[in-house]
Amino acid sequence: MKKLRRKVYMVAGYNTISMGTGRKEFNPKKPRPGLEHYIKEAGQATLKKIGGAQNVDDCVIGNFMASRFNKQANLGAFFPMIDEGLRYKPGIAVEGACASGGLALMAGIKSILAETADVVLAVGFEVQNTVKAIYGADILAGAGWFMERKSGHAYFFPGKFSDRAGAYFEKYGRERTRKAMARWYRNAVENARLCPTAQEYNNTVKDLEAQGMMEPTPNSFVDHLNVFDCSKVSDGASAIAIVSEEGLKKIGIPSNETVEIMGFTHIQDDITKQPPEITALKTTNLAVKYALEIAGISINELATVETHDCFTIAGVMATEAIGFAKPGEGPDFILAGNTARDGKIPFNTTGGLIGWGHPTGATGVHQAVTVWEQLTGNAGAAQIQIPKDRSYALSVNMGGDDKTLVSIVYHRG
Amino acid sequence: MTYTERLENVSVLGAAGKMGSGILLLTAIEMADLSLKPENKDRLFVLNAVDISHKALGELMQFLKTQVRKIAEKKTVQLRKIYQEREDLIENEEIIDQYIFDVLNIVRPVTVLEATYESTLIFEAIIENPALKVKILTQIDRNNKKSPWFFTNTSSIPIHQLDESAELGGRIIGYHFYNPPAVQKLVELIQAKNTLPEIVEFANALAKNLRKKIVPSNDFAGFIGNGHFMRDALYGISEVQRLVNEMSFVEAVYTVNRISQDFLIRPMGIFQLIDYVGLDVCQYIMSVMNPHVQDEDLHSDLLDSFIKMGVKGGQYADGSQKDGFLKYEKGRPVGIYDADKKSYIPITEFQANIDEKLGPLPKSALSWKAIIGSSEKEEQLKVIFTELKTMKTVGSELAIRYGIRSKQIAEKLVSDNVAKTGEDVNTVLLTGFYHAYGPINAYFD
Repeated sequence: MKKLRRKVYMVAGYNTISMGTGRKEFNPKKPRPGLEHYIKEAGQATLKKIGGAQNVDDCVIGNFMASRFNKQANLGAFFPMIDEGLRYKPGIAVEGACASGGLALMAGIKSILAETADVVLAVGFEVQNTVKAIYGADILAGAGWFMERKSGHAYFFPGKFSDRAGAYFEKYGRERTRKAMARWYRNAVENARLCPTAQEYNNTVKDLEAQGMMEPTPNSFVDHLNVFDCSKVSDGASAIAIVSEEGLKKIGIPSNETVEIMGFTHIQDDITKQPPEITALKTTNLAVKYALEIAGISINELATVETHDCFTIAGVMATEAIGFAKPGEGPDFILAGNTARDGKIPFNTTGGLIGWGHPTGATGVHQAVTVWEQLTGNAGAAQIQIPKDRSYALSVNMGGDDKTLVSIVYHRG
Repeated sequence: MTYTERLENVSVLGAAGKMGSGILLLTAIEMADLSLKPENKDRLFVLNAVDISHKALGELMQFLKTQVRKIAEKKTVQLRKIYQEREDLIENEEIIDQYIFDVLNIVRPVTVLEATYESTLIFEAIIENPALKVKILTQIDRNNKKSPWFFTNTSSIPIHQLDESAELGGRIIGYHFYNPPAVQKLVELIQAKNTLPEIVEFANALAKNLRKKIVPSNDFAGFIGNGHFMRDALYGISEVQRLVNEMSFVEAVYTVNRISQDFLIRPMGIFQLIDYVGLDVCQYIMSVMNPHVQDEDLHSDLLDSFIKMGVKGGQYADGSQKDGFLKYEKGRPVGIYDADKKSYIPITEFQANIDEKLGPLPKSALSWKAIIGSSEKEEQLKVIFTELKTMKTVGSELAIRYGIRSKQIAEKLVSDNVAKTGEDVNTVLLTGFYHAYGPINAYFD
């Protein structure tokens, strides 16, 4: 694919709190706000920053499983609830498991490119704490092939990535990899402590790496992962505006307050097939490769990466899939400090899925919001330095076990 | 008869009660797990839940359903394996629902004693009334042709007394669970002198499968658990009666309750514990124990008078605490009963004054909650209580007296041959009462 035929920007991002275990205000025994609350909070915040609903031409909402977590479908029709001004305007819902948020961005970008809209409101959300984790595991298993559910683990997706971790240990060595996974966890929580909306913002554990090294408990969980290796169960929403050059004029925001989309990819692998190689993320690798090609840059020009660390082992494998480390050398890359916030290439600067949280349908949008904050200097305490000669950012949003991939390259507008 | 055969037909007497419901739950799970083993697929498992009220049995089934769900949710990884041949059960939720049904499907809620006549194992968890227990055990044994084994949950009646009065020929053992049975790890095992050795063997195997810790107690009224608790409670009451010379009654109750909780780092104060068990239950247990002890009087006029006024403590059906010595809001003490005024006086009215009088906790003090989960528990307790001993405050002196008395009670249980070792007494207090340390220690010497 060639370069984008029209300039596309993102601006006015907003994240709600990622609510769930870890947050001080979270009490599983008390009633909590529903999806309406989260959609409204994020949507209204973005609308406010772009001059209101009258500037919006099109809306898209990304969500994975409200149909089961909340018994709710027909999600596009929630846009008029955000703002009366969105009534009788278009609003679609998209789903691609944990890449639903990324797909919402895709749909918005395509509307801009198709010149059917100049301003698109993109929202992603998930409200998952409506059920206990053991039932949530059933719901999230929908990201895999249902024909595999019976033979799968009680915790289906942790089971999938536990199998990947086990194979990786066998092929490349357990100890080093386990240490890298614990380091990944530590980096995630340390970053989250700098971001007030992060689920692990209140985390005060002193020795995070020791905690991350806890031995797995196969009798009650999975063989090769402990709970700290897993992303959070979260309620939350994120929103961002996707805008053309004309759209920027309409909403009155200068381009240097935006990020420009330099390249993007959305690709799929066959959900009914096993991964070609269990110790590698092939679809991630291809999605990033294509996005970088479109942007015309190499990974050496990246200042930061937001990657889909649904499990620490997915973070380790992502460093290889993106191209920072050779197969089997991701653990060394991480243990050398390269992915930490003061490292060569800071990953997941507000905590990622493990530290910030993983309201599944929101995650893709949350990544874009974090990138927008970082590249425009709006990341607050979590702000990292963006070097002049390495000024691009990359996001990788994954649905299922490396099946649905959305990757985007950004630059300050 | 094998372990499995013994568990094919079981009855729980008093199944809807506080203890009975927990025993029923544990037994139902154990029996269901046996029934789900491939080698047992042709066996029929029946668990009679016997109680006097249909209403209570209805509530029991609701309790069971809720509790079995919680248990199933925790062992779904295993359940998926157990049900792996069932192609119709795919999601965790389907598997959990099936398991709940399979457990509940073993239970037969009944109000007639005839149901027990086919049972080979009978758990007895009815009210702590020796005559009634004897009557029921006798009736069952005379009508049951299978020579059933009786596991009694009595917490105070000597087992040999039940054995002899009901003419059971040694087919009885004391199997004393702690409240709530599904949670508390401790089972006190009491053999009467004639208890058959194969019963002891089975009782140990069952405890292992229920993941319970067995502490053997000799067959003396009250055994280890109540042997300590009742004397500890009487000491708390006597301290109140001593302190009323210098403060009001409610202030004295507050003081002793706080000393026994915060200063001694226990999960609850002694008066809260009495309320938890129930004043009337405590009174009853003491009355059962008292005829069997020679050198002391296990009885409290104060308890009698409170019970007469209708102040009884205990728990509501949903497990929440009824008011007793203390009044509770959301499970926390907020008032103390004044017998003269016949009403509860808010703790806030005198708390600050009394706390000042008692003096501060040691600087190194930690809450029971913080200590109980700590890996350096012993070292921390040593530091705290060493500091306590240097403080010379009213609070520290009361606490040390209390700690020393608790140790004396425990040592007497050993010297009276109720417990075989001091270690056994400590284990009972640690596991049955959730204490952070056993009463036999050097902290207060």
